[in-house]
Amino acid sequence: MMLPGFPNATPVAGLVGGLLIGLAAAIMLLGLGRIAGVSGMLARASGISDTGTPRAIALAFIAGLPLGALLVILSSSSIRPLFTGSVLQLVIAGLLVGFGTRLGSGCTSGHGVCGLSRLSRRSMVATLTFMVSGFATVGLMRAFGFING
Amino acid sequence: MKVPAISLLAGTLFGAGLTISGMADPARVRAFLDLFGAWDPTLAFVMVGAMVPMAIAWLVQKRMPRPIVCEAFDLPGTSLLDAKLLGGASLFGIGWAIGGLCPGPALADLAIAPIEAGIFVAAMLAGMTAHRIITK
Repeated sequence: MMLPGFPNATPVAGLVGGLLIGLAAAIMLLGLGRIAGVSGMLARASGISDTGTPRAIALAFIAGLPLGALLVILSSSSIRPLFTGSVLQLVIAGLLVGFGTRLGSGCTSGHGVCGLSRLSRRSMVATLTFMVSGFATVGLMRAFGFING
Repeated sequence: MKVPAISLLAGTLFGAGLTISGMADPARVRAFLDLFGAWDPTLAFVMVGAMVPMAIAWLVQKRMPRPIVCEAFDLPGTSLLDAKLLGGASLFGIGWAIGGLCPGPALADLAIAPIEAGIFVAAMLAGMTAHRIITK
């Protein structure tokens, strides 16, 4: 389905994928009593953090992420993420995301999906902050000619 | 074994959802953040889709004495606003924009574009380690 005025948008795939993400987070909350926060669980699974989700739970969740992606691309020929950035760009971005999510205690999943739906003041402020920061950064990249078209 | 199995199931659903939704596609994430270009609102639909089951789950959670499988709820506090939260979220937003990836999609993409996602994930782990060393 197309969205009038936005030829590249895929609203139905977005909604369906979003529902799966929300369902997964709901299973973590109601089944295991925990937040499906990916940055926190990655830190725990990798041994960088000693506190938080028990390690076996974190490891299993983290392992599921590429497994789920694999199942989707095996069953669909049209879904292929597009990477355009340079290696340097990926390294700088990864460092900032790793450091920033630990300092700010969460990312798009923990603060965004889980925190916003809980109406957590802390998560609302964090989500607003990283959204504005993201919009501003892409705006600056465009202004300085890193993005064309 | 039951608890990790449930977590693996949830992680797999989460990874599938990220991939189907477009959230695991750096080009689409960048297009969502690109207000001054050909803006792509798809990620707003992803957020709405994810909010619905989670908002219901929080309403149910309030009425549950304990989670279905584990002994007790273990949830973070919700109100403290400090410089760490703002600074961390700001840095994260910059990285999210530069790479078009946040932690979940980067890990999911290990199965799709292992080289690019692998570089990002390695750098992300280095960033997390740097935070741990600095805050020790």
